Amino acid sequence: MLTDSKLKRERICKRIAQELEDNSLVNLGIGMPTLVANYIPKDKTILLHSENGFTGLIPAENHDHPDMDIVNAGGAPVSIAKGGVFFDSLTSFSIIRGGHLHTTVLGALEVDQKGNLANYKIPGKMVPGMGGAMDLVVGARKVIIAMEHLNKKGESKILKKCSLPLTAKGEVDLIVTDLAVMRVTREGLLLEEIAIDTTVEEVRAHTDADLIVSENMKVFG
Amino acid sequence: MKPIQTPQKAVQDIPDGSTIMVGGFMHCGHPFALIDALLLQGAKNLTLIVNDMGFPGKGIGKLLEAGRIRKIIATHIGLNPLVAEKWHAGEIEVELIPQGTLAERCRAQGAGLGGILTPTGMNTEVEDGKQKVLVDGKEYLLEKPLHADYAFVVADVADRFGNAIISKSRKNCNIVMAMAADNTILETRRIVDVGGIDPDMAHLCGVFVQSMTEANQC
Repeated sequence: MLTDSKLKRERICKRIAQELEDNSLVNLGIGMPTLVANYIPKDKTILLHSENGFTGLIPAENHDHPDMDIVNAGGAPVSIAKGGVFFDSLTSFSIIRGGHLHTTVLGALEVDQKGNLANYKIPGKMVPGMGGAMDLVVGARKVIIAMEHLNKKGESKILKKCSLPLTAKGEVDLIVTDLAVMRVTREGLLLEEIAIDTTVEEVRAHTDADLIVSENMKVFG
Repeated sequence: MKPIQTPQKAVQDIPDGSTIMVGGFMHCGHPFALIDALLLQGAKNLTLIVNDMGFPGKGIGKLLEAGRIRKIIATHIGLNPLVAEKWHAGEIEVELIPQGTLAERCRAQGAGLGGILTPTGMNTEVEDGKQKVLVDGKEYLLEKPLHADYAFVVADVADRFGNAIISKSRKNCNIVMAMAADNTILETRRIVDVGGIDPDMAHLCGVFVQSMTEANQC
């Protein structure tokens, strides 16, 4: 098991980058999901969507004099790639809710075995607002969760049932952590891959949710 | 032709208790000059409809610091800690709504619709107290129009009719907010004569604009 959070993030983001489909439009959430962009294979053409209003998101081209008229969803200056286009919030969320966004990658506080997601609110502690997250999870054709397997207290973030307020019900497709890749299926949560430095037993021990172990188990990381 | 005013003149008649939509996304495409003018003007008990409250000490955050705000309707307040502080202290009211829903509720108002039906927020706290509507076997939330007395929005170039070009990612909710308010004030970096904008290139139709101010800080 990795202990360094930088290495955990790198492993998670590298694995998710493999999951993105060629010629697709993808939205990467703020925080860890943003790092997925660093690992997109060179032979894939992926256009990144920024919900504040454009496609073709790339890192800022001029660090010394950034163009503050082009920012990402966190307000940080970025640039636009050739083939990208600007639009307003109505078009941006039509893309999201209308099923035109292929994949969204988001972080999570909790996910459960039914594909329910909680990632925007800890009552009494942290209530930043959902921003575009609820629309992204409901609208994107594929929802991938990028998160560490355990929370800071060492407890499983993958639960039988979410305890925090939901961002959306039953919309998560794939969960990628530093320990495992799990797919939400009708039968339940399918453990498809385990990290190179763990075992199925260890993943089970660190997971509150019921896991169905794939007969075709693979190793990643 | 739309009146061209200084920022101070443009906001001088805004009464206490007004509801104001303010464009911008994390200070990008944010009407800084109009906010500064409103701060000087002193209107209080305001209800703001915004995407976010930006970072502390800048733009819209100044109105909060000065105690002018009664209620905030926003999608995200996480990067300005003062909002949560004042909210928990009971000094202000905050209503958080999904970003796509904010845009569509503004559009419903501006477009004369009785509301919109969205799947966003179903089975979450967002659905509390809202009507659900079944359409062809799928359930949606009925979200009602959002109205404002005023909208502060930005542009890069506007002609004397208020037709405007809003460049890059500054568009965000500026266009749809301009549609939803009774009185929309456009803060533009430059004003040109009629004919100075290619009619094929305008993002905002001047009919949604009531007055304009020229300012270079937005």
